Parts: sequence; structure tokens; C-alpha cells
Amino acid sequence: MSEYSGHDKNGASVGIVKRQYFTFAEPPNKMALESGAKLGPITLAYETYGRLNETKSNVVMVFHALSGNSHAAGYYSEKDDKPGWWDNMVGPGKGIDTDKYCVICSNIIGSCYGSTGPSSPDPRTGKPYGLNFPLLTVADMVKAQKRLIDHLGIKKLLCLVGGSIGGMQAIEWAVSYPEMVQSVIPIASTCKRSALSIGLSEAQRQAIMADPNWNNGDYYSQEPPNKGLALARIIGHITYLSEDSMQRKFGRRLHENSAFKFDFSPDFEVESYLHYQGKKFVERFDANSYLYITKASDYFDLGEQKGGGSLVKALSRTSAKFLVISFSSDWLYPTSQSKEMVKAMKKAGLDVSFCEIEVDFGHDSFLLAHDQLKRLISGFINRVKNEVNKAS
Amino acid sequence: MRFDLQMIASLIEAKSRVLDLGCGKGDLLRFLLEKKQVEGYGIEIDEKEVIEGIEQGLSVLHGDINEETQDFADNSFDYVILSQTLQQVYNPEKVIEEMLRIGKKGIVSFPCFNHIAIKLQLLWTSKAPITEELPYEWYNTPNIRVITLRDFRIFCASRKIKILKELAISSHYRASSGKIIKFLPNWFAKYGIFLLTKQ
Repeated sequence: MSEYSGHDKNGASVGIVKRQYFTFAEPPNKMALESGAKLGPITLAYETYGRLNETKSNVVMVFHALSGNSHAAGYYSEKDDKPGWWDNMVGPGKGIDTDKYCVICSNIIGSCYGSTGPSSPDPRTGKPYGLNFPLLTVADMVKAQKRLIDHLGIKKLLCLVGGSIGGMQAIEWAVSYPEMVQSVIPIASTCKRSALSIGLSEAQRQAIMADPNWNNGDYYSQEPPNKGLALARIIGHITYLSEDSMQRKFGRRLHENSAFKFDFSPDFEVESYLHYQGKKFVERFDANSYLYITKASDYFDLGEQKGGGSLVKALSRTSAKFLVISFSSDWLYPTSQSKEMVKAMKKAGLDVSFCEIEVDFGHDSFLLAHDQLKRLISGFINRVKNEVNKAS
Repeated sequence: MRFDLQMIASLIEAKSRVLDLGCGKGDLLRFLLEKKQVEGYGIEIDEKEVIEGIEQGLSVLHGDINEETQDFADNSFDYVILSQTLQQVYNPEKVIEEMLRIGKKGIVSFPCFNHIAIKLQLLWTSKAPITEELPYEWYNTPNIRVITLRDFRIFCASRKIKILKELAISSHYRASSGKIIKFLPNWFAKYGIFLLTKQ
């Protein structure tokens, strides 16, 4: 995911929010991971917006993608120049309406925004884990989130919403904890990553690991692998866009100069834009976290992991209602993969809705403010709320 | 509510499971939800209408009816509806076959090409007829099939499809009132509605 968040033009906002922390799995009660390794203690950074109702039945969980964090909406201070990453969707009167729902967003394990990850201190040495941090899966991230939800005393989740890797978490939740999940909205996501996207993911990891400063992940007391991480971000960023959106935004326009420079510094606008994106990214993200999270998403194959090779079987574990959304210009998580998921959901007898939104912003479309996405999400959650109320 | 949709609704039992093929923005489904407490689903190819349907609280799949019906198990629905769409589908045989595979019953409605106004137009002007129900020229019409009540009955008989009920109706285009035509439906019906099942 890229960064697009900006101030709401109508001024609607959840206002000032605070990042909170929950620590669990203190040794010797470490949390078992899918790989067989154990991890603990684990801290999750999380934020909540809107009020939890008395019956704790209005919870909507939002899941971030690769480079996101718990800060989905609002501001940390009056001076904050940018709101959370999905401020256009989460807030009073917005697609996920905080006047009606209590929204929870936590930072995934393996990340670097307050939750335990490779840059956190290893309790055995007191120094950052680096590569001693165990490999993770999407199911591990979800398992940790389940501990947080238990801690908050919440038994039912009205709706789970996430884009990209966030969508994988949402689907994984429904299959792993079916008794808790009432509905799911996977956006621009997949039930298993394709060879194309694993390949692109590996190219990004290799960019980091080829930087001598990476030093096998042990760089926390020295110069970090900024060149490698910036290159990874550049590759990643291209995969989030589309041919049309790049053509429209940059074309072949030259940057600063009116003629070719005939050297290897950036000539084109698109080059300098990507360099800038890379440079900005290294200031806020940890290279090892990038490796761990991309690897976890590559491992994701719900049918294989939860259905013995059958996605239908895996999805048959849940009775949650689904709204699957894809974007016509997304080639990283294309519509065909969303449709495959919908097909399996139909075969599993689930109540599923699907919409492909015609838009040319590529994979990143889910982060951008557009009315169609808002209408779909708010209409769907509202329906689920009504049906749940009717049933009880 | 459009008269033809009211008539379709009259064929549906309360609290049944219904799939509407080409549901548009979901007028019929919402009507059925409210009046008959059905469990309703729709398939629609137009993105704008899909969004409107989901926004209004319906369960809608965005896609082509041929493709989207394939993944449902046999007899998944009590009723599968094809309302005013048959005249536009490329392979009606397959669509009706699929309807009766995934549904216990099927409801098909279409504008009748046997109406007296159409017959007379063709006879007097020798031009492809244009009516309120079929308002296009031959070169820009989405209605690629012309169907009469008799045609459809013959089709059903030849495919071993049982017609449980047949309604010949007349109403103004999209009007909420109309009447059931009992006298000479082959001359005066504007729409035919058939309740079908496998034999």
C-alpha cells in the first residue's frame, strides 16, 4: 500500500486518537507459531475509534496492508499534518461510520509500529531480534489479534474489513474463528498469492538483502540498508499502480530539465517520483519487517492451509457473510483472484456479494477516496447489522 | 412496483430462497424481501446497479448470468427468476437449463412478440415493429430474440419443461397497474410470465 491520506475536505474526523498497547504471551507461555517456533512476550499496538455499545456487538475490525499500521484514522495531535491511512473511510458519517460502530485496528506482528517485530528487543539478549525473529504467517498475525479481542472482552465481530494483506487477515479470521465472525469484506485481496506476485515480492526482498548494509539483518546499531529498502519500495510502488494511471500522471514528462541529460541520473518525472517515494519510505519503515511481512503474505494459501488443498472446504468452516471487492486495473491482486474466491464461497454455500469497481488506479485504489467503495462498504455493514439484530 | 414484477411476486411463496438473474438495482428483490420475507440474491452485470443494490442491503454478484450461475449447487434456490431478460440473452437454452438446475422452480418473463400492435405494424408497414416494450430499431436493439407465448410453450414442451403456471398480462411500460389477459392472449398479451419446473 502507498500513502494517500489527507485531511478530510468536510472536516469529518474521529479527532485526536491514542495508540494503545497490549502485551501477552509472557515467557514461559509464549505463543506457538505456525512454523513451530514460539514467540513471546508479544506486544500489539492498537487503536479504537467510536464507542463500544453495551452488548459489545458493534465491533468492526480494520486490517492494514504491508506498510500500514494501527493508525487507520484521526490524528495523534493538533499539529499532526496527516490523518491515519484510511481516514477517508473510517470516521463519523463515513463508509465505516464511527457514530455507529466501534472500529479496532491493530498493527500486525512482524511490523515496526509498536507491535513486536524483528526490530523489537529479543528478551534473551536485550538487542533487536533481527533474523532471530521467527518467520510468520498470516494465521500467526490473526492469532495474536484474537488474543487482543479476547482481552477486550469482545465475543462477536460484526464485520472485518481489509485490503491486500489486510484482506487475507480478514478471511483467515473468518476461517480460524468462525464462531466470532459475522461478516467479512476482502478488498483487492486473494486466498492465495500468485506466482507473479510472489516473484515481485522476492525481487523486493532481494533488493534489501543485496544491500551490504543489510548485514544479515543485523544493522540496528549501524547504518541501515536504506538503498535496498528504497529500491524494494520503488518496485512495490510500481506494482500498486497501473499502466493508465502512470501514463496519466507522468507520461514521458522530463523532470526539471527540458532535454535529456545523457547520464544515469533521473531524466523522467516518473523516475524522480519513485526515488522520492523510496527515500520517504526508509524514514518510516524497517527493512527486516519488510522481509517478514512480504514472506508471510507469500506463504498465504487458505485452501492448502485450512482445507487440505480445497478452498471450498476451508471456507466451509465459516458461515460469515462476504462482500468481495476488486478493482479493474489491479494487476497485483487481479479481479480473477477475487472471482476465484467468490466461486469457492458460492460452492461452500456462503452468502456472498461481489463487485468489481471500474477504476484505473491499480491495486492502490482501495486507499483512495471514492464514493463507490464507501457506498458498498456502508450498505453491506448496515445490512449485516440489521440481519444480526433480527436474528437475536 | 411494476405490474409485471407484482405478478412475479404473486407466484413466490413466503420465506423461500430466491435468485434474480439480471436483478438491476434490485427492485424486485427488495419487494420480495419486504412482502414475502424471502432470502434473496441477485446477479447483475452493470456495476452502477450492483453498487446500488448492495448499498440498499441486497446480496448481489457482479457478473454475467451464464458464468455466475455455474458455481451454485443443484437446487440451491426455491426460485430462480429471469425477468424481462430472455429476449436479450445469447443462449437462452442454456440459461433456462441452468435456472432449472440450480432452482427447484424457474420464473421467466418476456415481452410478447405476438401482440396485435406488433402483428399489424409488420403487416402494414413491412418494418420491424417498434413498441413501448421493444422501443429500438433493428440495428441498435439489445433485444436479439423475438418470442411469442406459443413459441415459449413449444420450447418448454420440447425440452421436457413443465409449465406450472402461465400469466399473460397487459400493462403500460413500467406501470404499476395492469391486467391479466384471459381473452385471446395470443393477440392482446404484452408480457408473458411462466412458472416452470423440471419434468
